Amino acid sequence: MAATGVAARRLPQVSGIVYGGTAGACTLAALWAALRLAGGGAADELVLPVGLPWIHAHLRADALSAVFLLVVNFGGITASLFGWGYARAHHDSHAGPVLPFYPLFLAGMNMVLVADDAFTFLVSWEFMSLASWLLVLSNHREAETQRAARLYLIMASFGTACLLLAFGLLATAHGDYSFAAIRAHAPSATAAALGVILVLLGAGSKAGIVPLHVWLPLAHPAAPSHVSALMSGVMTKVAVYAMIRVLFDLLGEPDWWWGGVMMAFGAVTAVMGVLYALMQEDVKRLLAYSTVENIGAIVIALGLALVFKASHTPVIAALALAAALLHVVNHSLFKSLLFFVAGAVLTATGTRDLNQLGGLIHRMPTTAFLALVGAAAISALPPLNGFVGEWLLFQAILNGPALPEWSLKIGIAVVGAAVALATALAAACFVRFYGTAFLGRPRSRVANAAVEIGMAMRLGMVVPAVLCVALGVLPTPLIRLFQPALRQMVEAGPFDDRAYQPWFWLAPTSAIGNSYNGLIMLVVIGLLSSVLVLVIHRRASDRVRWSIPWGCGFDGPDPAAVTQYTASSFSQPIRRAFGSTVFHARDRVDMPEPGETRPARLSVTWTDPAWTMIFVPIVRAVNWLAERANVLQFMTIRRYLTLMFLALVVLLVMVAVTQR
Amino acid sequence: MTMLLATLYQIVQMLLVLALAPLLTGWVRLVKARLVGRRGPSPVQPYRDLLRLLRKEVVLARNASWLFRAVPYLMFTAIWLAAGLVPIFTTQLALAPTADLIALIALLGSARFFLALAGMDIGTSFGGIGSSREMMIAALAEPAMLMVVFSVSILVRTTSLAEIADFMMSGVVGLRISLALALIALIMVAIAENARIPIDNPATHLELTMVHEAMVLEYSGRHLALVEAASMLKMLLYMGLIACIFVPWGMATASAGVGQGIVAALWGMVAFALKLAVGGALLALFETSIAKMRVFRVGEFLGGALLLSLLGAIFLYVSRGV
Repeated sequence: MAATGVAARRLPQVSGIVYGGTAGACTLAALWAALRLAGGGAADELVLPVGLPWIHAHLRADALSAVFLLVVNFGGITASLFGWGYARAHHDSHAGPVLPFYPLFLAGMNMVLVADDAFTFLVSWEFMSLASWLLVLSNHREAETQRAARLYLIMASFGTACLLLAFGLLATAHGDYSFAAIRAHAPSATAAALGVILVLLGAGSKAGIVPLHVWLPLAHPAAPSHVSALMSGVMTKVAVYAMIRVLFDLLGEPDWWWGGVMMAFGAVTAVMGVLYALMQEDVKRLLAYSTVENIGAIVIALGLALVFKASHTPVIAALALAAALLHVVNHSLFKSLLFFVAGAVLTATGTRDLNQLGGLIHRMPTTAFLALVGAAAISALPPLNGFVGEWLLFQAILNGPALPEWSLKIGIAVVGAAVALATALAAACFVRFYGTAFLGRPRSRVANAAVEIGMAMRLGMVVPAVLCVALGVLPTPLIRLFQPALRQMVEAGPFDDRAYQPWFWLAPTSAIGNSYNGLIMLVVIGLLSSVLVLVIHRRASDRVRWSIPWGCGFDGPDPAAVTQYTASSFSQPIRRAFGSTVFHARDRVDMPEPGETRPARLSVTWTDPAWTMIFVPIVRAVNWLAERANVLQFMTIRRYLTLMFLALVVLLVMVAVTQR
Repeated sequence: MTMLLATLYQIVQMLLVLALAPLLTGWVRLVKARLVGRRGPSPVQPYRDLLRLLRKEVVLARNASWLFRAVPYLMFTAIWLAAGLVPIFTTQLALAPTADLIALIALLGSARFFLALAGMDIGTSFGGIGSSREMMIAALAEPAMLMVVFSVSILVRTTSLAEIADFMMSGVVGLRISLALALIALIMVAIAENARIPIDNPATHLELTMVHEAMVLEYSGRHLALVEAASMLKMLLYMGLIACIFVPWGMATASAGVGQGIVAALWGMVAFALKLAVGGALLALFETSIAKMRVFRVGEFLGGALLLSLLGAIFLYVSRGV
């Protein structure tokens, strides 16, 4: 497929073959994974005689891999569909090649999921990172893209290095790098603790846990939109897979503080991610920051599952893990959908700036409707799928008082408040996104001249939108599909202690007695509102008079001369309530003296605490060290020889000490 | 038979909330007027207002989209359904297992989401002001609300409203400081969510202080009638919610005979009417005795609610020693 992609630079019609072939391969893989899960999720193993001569490449697809294979390949199908249309709409001969790396990127992600030894895992992980890095670089002519790509490369190398150290630490005792061997030998407490921290750093930097998220909002938007969708909706999930695989599977019996640490970082990530998103004016960057928020929610759910697993309440642990997996699926659906929407808007208007858009609901009706579904789903509104994940997460949080540790009991209450805050802010964020891009009046000529996009792109958006609704009203069959993976990770299923479980109700564990039914909710709302429309139009009045709205005296054909709210003015109250402390956000008004004719200006400044507090000091320290080490370059040969001799002595002493 | 009766109760409740909501608003307005020394309109005035609005034609902006016209129906239905899910006179409701307290809050969140979108649809500045402030208030209110749910669920081990009411009526709870804190927090949230003084003024038409009213400024005719009726329903819903969690007494529960059950349900309605009368009078008294606060003080108000409910949860842990 990649080879065909290389040829595609000459022949434009080859893009259809590449995207079609990728979609076909992904469909096969997704179907296979779904069938495995439905059949109970037994593991399939395969040893390939490739790689280093004395270790073969071990591959294994168990129930957990199958869940994530389903997510990755489903994302691959929709992205290929959308990408096919997108590539035709954006034919730019100066852009770097996308086609050869696109299938490689998907293949890399699939390989990570089926790897069964540390070596294969790391090679596939790096493969995935580099393929996506090349995809980010495809618009290499923009200066910002280059910066994004450099940062991404640094953070990806850092992540891989952490994972490399983690696996090294876990395998030192026995020297066998296959996952089966690591699983069989429980590591010592110190090794496990260090391993947890390293995995959280390594996989967390790929997933975008605050403060390791800095590359994500730069790199994800820089790629073509269907690749952004894959990176944000799917690649972050591969990082989640790595966390689950190591923390739940390889490390054996967990300690409760692992979960505590994850919940704390998850809560910070969720709230900070959405606050960042609220400050953005670039559509794709806003979506990338919202990914950070959703990853926070998933990490909280994983932390809860670990805590409950450590305190031997497996059913609640299964509930929390089910919430995490469901949110993984949900986020991959609506985030892909929203990135496709951003791609469609970019195709139609050529801009990603929210303050240039507006009124697209009249010019791109289909896209606008699908975007509404995506925005409602990601804001966790019932009866869509985002809410079901949120609901399960809250059910797990409400079980917090059953835990033995006092710090956790109170901590979980605070985490619950943070999740609620993040959810409410996400709703505000997507009202802002949808309200400025699709509603209101056009803010620029390009937005005024937008037209609806092509069929392939619309089809790529319809599929995830339909699933957002379907999984919202009928989540139980999907959660049942997860059961083999849950049993494998926490030795229980979320429905284990309730006897009566019809397939269209969602009523997990009886420890907190609750149930939810999105289907009935949807039917009742649909029924009631149609009756309402009929009654009011028949009995009361159905007359309409069209008129011009009062715009405070501003009403001209010039799109700039309207007084409507912009994206930045919408977030002003929230910026003032939260941003002034977190981001040092300041609004400055430059008011001209009476008599002057220049317009007044309002400027907003804010700083990113992740940069000022963590990365800038690190960069400064690295520079300082480099200055000091620079001395080593200008020494006489005698001194170099002395240094080499000293190094040799130190190494020999080390060997003598460790071999004893 | 129980299923049939539960369906009957559900239908009665849906109609009852619809019928009572304007009366509650009229009652609050009347008491407020009397407290400040005016005679005030008749308590049935809101019905007349709604009927008049329903008969009038709708004036739409040229650039209004389909969303703007669909939102009144959608949000009214969402709030109506939510009001139908709160047990007010009986705990035996057919739809009770469909949604627990968390789903109920989210349902109200959906209504607000769509109304805020509608506020941005015409592209005038007032709609934008209203939507943006409404979403900020919601972002502050929602964590406080969830904390209230959390403290109640520590005690009751459920978030199903019918089960909460049953548990509270069983008398094993008794008086608790943490419940009092949760009650205060819930009242503060309810004030903010219903756009009452001191967060917002439902009677204002001064642009710079409006929140909810600014958001719905472009609505007219039947659409405005639905939006107004929805806010009346929402006030009734919050009163019903507070009554259901903290003073559920008088409500009908599961009973042996059908006749007995119906009598209990009728008594439940009488009790609910009394609770509403008292609640409405207290709200009016509170509103007349306090001034509206600046928009950016709302954070402190709702942050206080959040801290109170968190404190309630911690007290519960300490007092129960769990």
